[in-house]
Amino acid sequence: MMAVPQYSTSPGIITAAGNERSTQPLTVAIAGNPNAGKTSLFNALTGLRQKVANYPGVTVESKTGGWYLAHEVPPARVLDLPGLYSLDATSLDEQIARDVMLGKAIGVADPDVIVVAVDATNLVRNLYLATQLLETGRPIVVALTMIDLAERSKLEIDIDKLTEALGVAVVPVVAKQRRGLHALGKAVLDAASQGSVPEPRWHFSPDLEAQLALLSGNDNSRRYSVMRELLSDEQPQEIKRHRVLEVARKQLERIDPNWRQEPLIARYRWIESVVNEAVHFRGNGRPNTTERIDALVTHRIAGPLILLLVMLLVFQTIFSWANLPMNLIDHVFSALGDTVRSHLPPGTFTDLLVDGVIAGVGGVLVFLPQILLLFFFISILEDSGYMARAAFLMDRLMRGVGLNGKAFMPLLSSFACAVPGIMATRTIESPKDRVATIMIAPFMSCSARLPVYTLMIAACFSDRKFLGLISAGVVIILAMYLLGISVAVVVAWLLKATVLRAPAPPFVMELPPYRVPHFANVAHAMFERAGLFVKRAGTVILAISILLWALVAFPRRPGSSPSEQVQQSLAGQAGRAIEPLIAPLGFDWKIGIGLISSFAARETIVSTLSIVYNVGNDSKEQPASLIDALRNAKRPDGSPAWTPLIALSLMVFFVLACQCMSTLAVVRRETNSWRWPLFMVGYMLVLAYVGSLLTYQGGRLFGLS
Amino acid sequence: MERLTSIGERLGGTVRYVSLTVLPHGAVARVAAIEGSGACIQRLMEMGVVPGASISIVRSAPLGDPLQICLRNYHLALRSVDAERIKVHW
Repeated sequence: MMAVPQYSTSPGIITAAGNERSTQPLTVAIAGNPNAGKTSLFNALTGLRQKVANYPGVTVESKTGGWYLAHEVPPARVLDLPGLYSLDATSLDEQIARDVMLGKAIGVADPDVIVVAVDATNLVRNLYLATQLLETGRPIVVALTMIDLAERSKLEIDIDKLTEALGVAVVPVVAKQRRGLHALGKAVLDAASQGSVPEPRWHFSPDLEAQLALLSGNDNSRRYSVMRELLSDEQPQEIKRHRVLEVARKQLERIDPNWRQEPLIARYRWIESVVNEAVHFRGNGRPNTTERIDALVTHRIAGPLILLLVMLLVFQTIFSWANLPMNLIDHVFSALGDTVRSHLPPGTFTDLLVDGVIAGVGGVLVFLPQILLLFFFISILEDSGYMARAAFLMDRLMRGVGLNGKAFMPLLSSFACAVPGIMATRTIESPKDRVATIMIAPFMSCSARLPVYTLMIAACFSDRKFLGLISAGVVIILAMYLLGISVAVVVAWLLKATVLRAPAPPFVMELPPYRVPHFANVAHAMFERAGLFVKRAGTVILAISILLWALVAFPRRPGSSPSEQVQQSLAGQAGRAIEPLIAPLGFDWKIGIGLISSFAARETIVSTLSIVYNVGNDSKEQPASLIDALRNAKRPDGSPAWTPLIALSLMVFFVLACQCMSTLAVVRRETNSWRWPLFMVGYMLVLAYVGSLLTYQGGRLFGLS
Repeated sequence: MERLTSIGERLGGTVRYVSLTVLPHGAVARVAAIEGSGACIQRLMEMGVVPGASISIVRSAPLGDPLQICLRNYHLALRSVDAERIKVHW
């Protein structure tokens, strides 16, 4: 029985039925193509009332917010869905978007209304998704975005004609200027109260139509689900159904071997006829601003140069300009710790508070400047459209090593610090490519390794020159960076060939027109990421900080010097215990203690060694005394504890091992499981051990020491 | 629609289909068909590469791949292997 469609031609009339229904909060999903302005719209509708989570079990994020549709109505729950081009899509986040819209996602409410964000400057392609949604029969409202850009591009759009053709409300919006939002709210309320959507206006070939009618039992509301069944490769539960579908498919194939393409083509044909009627282009044929900028930005020579400059800018900012606020935060927390210590009686609790909690919280917040800055840049680059061009330029290079073109930005940032770098991998849509990038990000020698390198070089390699010209130190640091990069490439290739194997999705990437980024969106993205970091990763980092403090603080014996305390602590005992294990790498138990403490954060090895060698607890500067202490340190058998080879071995260990709890916490957050962070620590530890072993033993073989 | 070879002529007809990649940069043509099957085709067609759509190659990336193509009035980046599958009237 076909329901007789009823729809109002002027949105804003709420039927009597509508008033009754509006006591229940609505669930509204915002769908649309990537770059169609969904997120801007979502931000404009929900303001700061947003919550970010992960869809259960996957790395795809879900954003929900509250939208005050109208005065007498409770706020609607709005879901910002991942961008998708079609309901038949194969990538993970597009599938999730589809499942949510069709009410099939577990743990997510079934949307009452779907708002389809349609980019007015790109109507034909954007309407494809809308046509598919119309076939599903769910209540839909079209939000026509980028109207201001369309006006500027001299596109004249007849909204009434569009509305009539589609049969659903078409509401022009400009999220930036908050235009059209009220009308959108009313249209959503209307759509929710009406429920059914009129029959789609386009038809497929008679044969396909006949099959659809047959398979759906002439029920129009089942049209879409039947079509999906027919086109999909999945097997339905019942064998009988499977056979019926197979028969239908064979019949269609006999008539036209390309029958599967037919629905797509039919939809587009209809869309084109509608758009031809409703849209007129009043401009001339001269290249627009986007094309002119592109001529420079993707130019054979200028393009890569500009990209290099952009990369340098971002890197420089995170690497050095973030230092000022980071040092500030460091000082503030140190001062806080000192103040607390001076006001409380000495004892274990005070130590826990100062060295554990306050130091731990400071250790989390110190990352904020880098994260805020990096996401400031990423936001601007993405929103402006430049990021797509950068991926376009880098793709060939990155694909050559098995990575996604968009991985260059996160990996570059990881040279400063892997924490924001790994968070930046969310720009990579393919989950497996994303995980692969996350797994190798720590190999980009981060800034925390530098104090270790410089200490080792100062202690064991100073005054040595390579080829009599370049100081050994520079060569060694360069070698360490290259080692990291080479290993990363190999590991990425291995991972993609085995654990993360996935058929390469067709690389079809949109190059959106350049747009001026909207400041509110940029600020929103920055603080959202920073907040997520503090909340999710911060708790893990704090917990591990306290744990580590405890490992070094207990057991206590009053009156011991700092050096004695470290040696008798759990960490110290562990250091002695692993000495046989690390001896083949050239390390003794003192270095062992340093290694254990450095697994939380690399640079702590410097302060730990200072304590163990009784040189005082100043981790900020590198006291000449520590370097002297290292040079003069001797083993029980009289041989020097630190030789150039041992220093090299330690550096190699540090290049390859994952010694950063903050990184682990962030990986946990971004991959939504403990599996990957644990795997990361594990395989990197193995690599570090082997690398160190090869370095030390190999060096010994060659007669070096 | 029949399966098409790279450069060929329809049976007895005067229409020639060529691969998109054969076109000089900047020349606009109309999509005739897409060769092959499966996920790749699906994605291309969903993005609007359907018979009748106007298409042209704008430029290639500095290393030769991917290609920047203009489909209707928007721009896409596409790898050469995929672009070759798009057949156009020329």
